[in-house]
Amino acid sequence: MLSVRDLHVSYGGIRALRGVSIDVHKGEIITIIGANGAGKSTLLNAISGILKPSQGEITFNGAPLKREPSKNVKLGICHVPEGRLVFANLTVKDNLALGAYLRTDRKKIASDLERVYELFPRIKERSSQIAGTLSGGEQQMLAMGRALMTDGDLVLMDEPSLGLAPILVHTVFQIIKEILRLGKTILLVEQNANMALKIADRAYVLEQGLIVKTGPAADIASDPAIRAAYLGSKSVAGG
Amino acid sequence: MEYILGILILSAINLVAVLGLSVLTGFTGLFSFGHAGFMAIGAYTSAIVTARLHLPFAVGLLAAGLVAGIISIGLGRLTLKLKGDYFCIATMGFGEIVKPLLNNWKWVGGARGWESIPKYGGISLLLPFAVAVIAVILSWNLINSRQGRNMVAVREEELAAQMAGVNVLRSKMIALVFSAVLAGIAGGLMANFIGFIAPKTFNMVKSTELTIIVIFGGLGSISGSVVAALLLTVLPELFRAFSSWRLVFYGLAVMIIMIGRPKGLMGGLELTPTSLRKAAAARKAKRDTAAATAEGEKR
Repeated sequence: MLSVRDLHVSYGGIRALRGVSIDVHKGEIITIIGANGAGKSTLLNAISGILKPSQGEITFNGAPLKREPSKNVKLGICHVPEGRLVFANLTVKDNLALGAYLRTDRKKIASDLERVYELFPRIKERSSQIAGTLSGGEQQMLAMGRALMTDGDLVLMDEPSLGLAPILVHTVFQIIKEILRLGKTILLVEQNANMALKIADRAYVLEQGLIVKTGPAADIASDPAIRAAYLGSKSVAGG
Repeated sequence: MEYILGILILSAINLVAVLGLSVLTGFTGLFSFGHAGFMAIGAYTSAIVTARLHLPFAVGLLAAGLVAGIISIGLGRLTLKLKGDYFCIATMGFGEIVKPLLNNWKWVGGARGWESIPKYGGISLLLPFAVAVIAVILSWNLINSRQGRNMVAVREEELAAQMAGVNVLRSKMIALVFSAVLAGIAGGLMANFIGFIAPKTFNMVKSTELTIIVIFGGLGSISGSVVAALLLTVLPELFRAFSSWRLVFYGLAVMIIMIGRPKGLMGGLELTPTSLRKAAAARKAKRDTAAATAEGEKR
């Protein structure tokens, strides 16, 4: 479905990605794990078109992706950016409606809204509340809901668990699994490698702009070097 | 009488420039400190068309808007990818480039300025007001269109707007070109109603004045910009009696109003017949509840 080949991205003189290749197949949850500054967000931003790669190609369903984010949204890429950016002055419902900005199929929009409400009952309760007054976890859910309203097939998620209480982290990962059941494909970038590897099919480990390891999530999770670097000794002991 | 008419014409001209900037700054969230540059381009274009090419004033005004608009596309290509403050500084640089270019262009008078630009009297005196009214209608329609809502989305949360499918760069470009065209036309009006232009008229103080008017009226309010443009053009004239102290009073007045209404006169709201009715109803409701509680307390 998505294929990234030899992708290079630089910020001025700093080379954030140095030849990254990944593949995402339909119906998978793929996770990219790595430390701060490894280039995880850069990769997602390059896929959705926010950043311009200096080299390499990205194809989606066989066609190259555009360099303009709004065109990629139309092609079916939905990106939940890091830091849950919601329109703080609008109501929850209007935020969700904005997700369907490019769509004209009113009936499908209405049924998608119902689906989002089913997925996030808390969001439904607060549909007429101003989005800026929601808690962090609720805003994350709203950002995810808004992305789903674009009806894209590939969902890019950037650190959905960032800054959330542990109990909410669990909820968010449950919801990601449910989004998969809606027929979406998910590319998940996470620092919480433990949780991400539990729900993912395959994983890529990104280190200083390079993919250093890839394979089924379970294999990555049991790899001793990965455990030591990303999962912490505690989880080794816990087995 | 002529003095009052002159002030009114000046307010109308300022209003045209301010409306464009209101769309750019108030609705799209891009601050510019270089729009006097576009006014200068418009003023000199219109002056060349009317004084050197001897074409009608209307042609001069259209050319003023057109040339300013085309130059703004170039400026936008170069600078619109810059974030917030950096864009602001880049526009400042643009405004400062225009001035020395004109200073060194002898054919249009250089630094001494250009006199004997054709002035128009009689029925033409209504032109600035007609242009101002058209500018209000255009701005109002623009911000209430799909494009206008895109601009507000960009102002509120750029990345989220992008992720919803708004072409952010295009929205910013439309706002910039719209503001430059109006600034250019305002410059053209200025040249042909004052009859004299000099590069130093269009300095950073002028750019800042335009932005101050937009902020003073309230970011995100067309009616606020209208009221502020009229008020802040007339205010310094009212203080003329204080002679050299006049600008001090002007500055004080601006400060006092900004402290009293930090979000500007209108604070992002609009002055329309419906909003006035709503405000009156809200006030009445408040009075009624206050009266009711007072009565309740008596019992």
